[in-house]
Amino acid sequence: MTRLLDVENLTLQFDTDEGRITAVDNVSFTLEAGEVMGLVGESGSGKSVTAKSIMKLNPSNAIYSDKTKVTLHLDDGPVDIMSLQTSTDLKVIRGGAISMIFQEPMASFAPAITIGDQMVEQLQIHTDMNAKRAQEVSIEMLDRVGISDAGTRFKQYAFELSGGMRQRAMIAMALSTKPKLLIADEPTTALDVTIQAQVIDLMKDLVKDFGMGIVFITHDLGVIAQTADKVAVMYLGRLVEQGAVRDVIRNPAHPYTKGLIAALPQLDDLDVPLQAIPGDIPSPLERPPGCVFNTRCSAIVGDVCSSAIPSFSKITDSHQVACHLYDEGASK
Amino acid sequence: MSEDVLIEARDLSVHYPLRGGSMFGPKPVVKAVESINLDIGKGSFFGLVGESGSGKTTLGKALLQAAPITRGTVGYNDGDVAFDLTKLTPVELKEYRKRAQLIFQDPYAALSPRMTVRDIIAEPIEVMGLTSSRDETDARVREIAAKCRLNLEHLRRFPHAFSGGQRQRISIARALVSQPQFVVADESVAALDVSIQADVLNLLKEIQQEMGLTFLFISHDLSVVAHICDHVAVMYLGRLVETAPTRELFSNPRHPYTKALLSAIPSLDPDDRGKAQKLEGEIPSPTNQPSGCKFHTRCPFVTDHCRKVEPILQHSRDGHEVACHRWEELMTP
Repeated sequence: MTRLLDVENLTLQFDTDEGRITAVDNVSFTLEAGEVMGLVGESGSGKSVTAKSIMKLNPSNAIYSDKTKVTLHLDDGPVDIMSLQTSTDLKVIRGGAISMIFQEPMASFAPAITIGDQMVEQLQIHTDMNAKRAQEVSIEMLDRVGISDAGTRFKQYAFELSGGMRQRAMIAMALSTKPKLLIADEPTTALDVTIQAQVIDLMKDLVKDFGMGIVFITHDLGVIAQTADKVAVMYLGRLVEQGAVRDVIRNPAHPYTKGLIAALPQLDDLDVPLQAIPGDIPSPLERPPGCVFNTRCSAIVGDVCSSAIPSFSKITDSHQVACHLYDEGASK
Repeated sequence: MSEDVLIEARDLSVHYPLRGGSMFGPKPVVKAVESINLDIGKGSFFGLVGESGSGKTTLGKALLQAAPITRGTVGYNDGDVAFDLTKLTPVELKEYRKRAQLIFQDPYAALSPRMTVRDIIAEPIEVMGLTSSRDETDARVREIAAKCRLNLEHLRRFPHAFSGGQRQRISIARALVSQPQFVVADESVAALDVSIQADVLNLLKEIQQEMGLTFLFISHDLSVVAHICDHVAVMYLGRLVETAPTRELFSNPRHPYTKALLSAIPSLDPDDRGKAQKLEGEIPSPTNQPSGCKFHTRCPFVTDHCRKVEPILQHSRDGHEVACHRWEELMTP
C-alpha cells in the first residue's frame, strides 16, 4: 500500500466572541491509498473540523498551531497543505486532488444552475477538457453512480431530483475529477435506510474502481462497521481510540467507545436495556483538564485522569487507545 | 370500541388538495394517508415506522386532530370521556387538547428562546386554565420537572443554556404537564446523539409506566422502535403494510418491505457486509402513486396481480396483520 495522507499533531483553535476555543487537539492519523477511514464522534467532537482542515476549508477565525503538519502524497511528490496560502495554490487540493461530499445534498448544489452545468464547470476548472468532452464525462459519471436516464438528469436542477438521487449526483460530481482523496461528511445521514444501503454499496464499489482513499465521517457506528477499514473515535477534539475496524468494534478499549456501543440499540437482543453515557458533552469553552472524557467516565483510575492527558497505548499492532487504564504499570 | 383500546381509527384518510387539474371532474389530491385501520391499546407504547414521505407524521397529526381528516372516523375513549374526533364540538376539542399532546423532533426549534424553562413548562396549564393560583402552577411545574430529571436551578434558566438532551427533557415536561392520556412523540430522539438518545428513551419509558400513558412513537429508526415499543405498525406511501407486536414483527416479518427495511439497517458486525437484501429504487411520489400494491415498483416478488389489485390489511387472530398478496407463499421456503 502507498501512503496517501499524513496528519500530524493537528491542533486547531477558533477565536470566538466568548473566547478562544479548542476544536481539535493534537490529532494524528494516516491514510493509505484505497483505504476507508471512519471518523466517529458525536456532535461537537470536532470530526467535521478535522476533515475540513485537510482541505483548509475552515473559516478565517481558525488558528492552526505551528506543530500542525498535513501532508498529501501525490504522484509528483508530497504537498504540505498547511503551507498553501492563496486560492490558486489551494486549487490543486480543493476539487482537484481532494473532493468532499456533504451531508445535505440540497444545500451543496446551487439551486439556479443545472446539475450538468455545475459538473461541467468544475471539470473545466480542474482538467483541460473542453466543454463537449466535459459533458460526456459528466453524463458517464451520472450513469456510473446509478442514475437512470442520465442525459435528462444532466439538464435538470437539484430540486427536481429526490434525496437519494441528489446524493448520487453529488458523489458523481465529487468523483468526476478523479480525486486521490474523498472526504465524505455524513453522506448518508439525511437518507432513508433503504437508500442509505444503496449509497453505501455504491461508495464501496467506487473505492474498488478508483482506488482512492476515503475519510468517512459519521456518528453511526453501524455505517462504519459496514464501510470502513479502520476507525478513529473522537471526543471533544481529541482522538481517544483508533485501529482496524474489527478490533475497535469487537474489542473497544476506551470507556467512551464502550459506552457508545452499549448505547446503540441492537436488533439481535431486545432484552438488553439501553445504557446511556451519563452526563452531557461539556462545552468546548470548558474543556476538562486531563483526559477530556473524565467528567462522564465510569472507569476513573484516579487523580491522574483529571490531571494528565493520556497518551496512546498499544492494545495490538493495529489498535491504539488513549486512556490511563492502559498506562504502563497500571493495574487493569 | 373495546375497553382496552384508547384510539380506534377506521378507514382514516387524509388528502391534501393540489393546485391545477381540470375545472370539471375531480380535483387532484395527495393521498398522504389512505384508508388506515388502527387500534392503539391503553397504556401501550405504539411504534409507527416508515421512510420519509410514508405519511407517518400526517397520521400522527390526524390522530391529534391537527390534520384535516378527509374520510373515516377516529374514536377516542380513555374511560372518562369518549369522542369521535371527526365530530368534535369546540368544547370537546379543548378537552381533547388536554388529553392528547405532542413532543416534537427538534428540541432546538421547539422551545422559545425568550422564556425561562419554568414559563415554557407552565404555559400549557396557564393557557388551558388548569390551575387556580400561581403557587399551584409552580407546584405542578416542579413535580413534572422532577420526573423529567430537571432541578429547580434549571427552571430559572433560558433554553440556550441547555444541551440537546436536556432540551428534549424540557419538551417532554412541557408536553406532560397537562397530564395527558395520549402522547404523540414525533421523531423525538432523531436529533440527539447516541449516548444521549438512550437516556431520553429510558426516561420516556419510565414516565410512560409511571403515569400510565399511551404513546404513539413515530420514528424512522427501527432499532430504536424495537427497543422501546410493544407494538409496531409499518407504513409505506400512506398505507399500513404490516402491524404486529414488536417481538413478533422483528423475529418474523411478513411483508417484503418490512423485511427489506430490517435488512437495510447497517449491522455492527464488520463481517456481515453485503448480506443485506437490497431494495432497488426509491419511494414513489405521493402525487403520482402506482396502481395496485403501492410497493410493487420496488418489490422483488412482484406479480401481475400485485400491479392491478391493492392488497388489504388482513386481520389475524395473533394480532399480526399484513397487506400483501403473497406473504403466505413467501413465508414457506
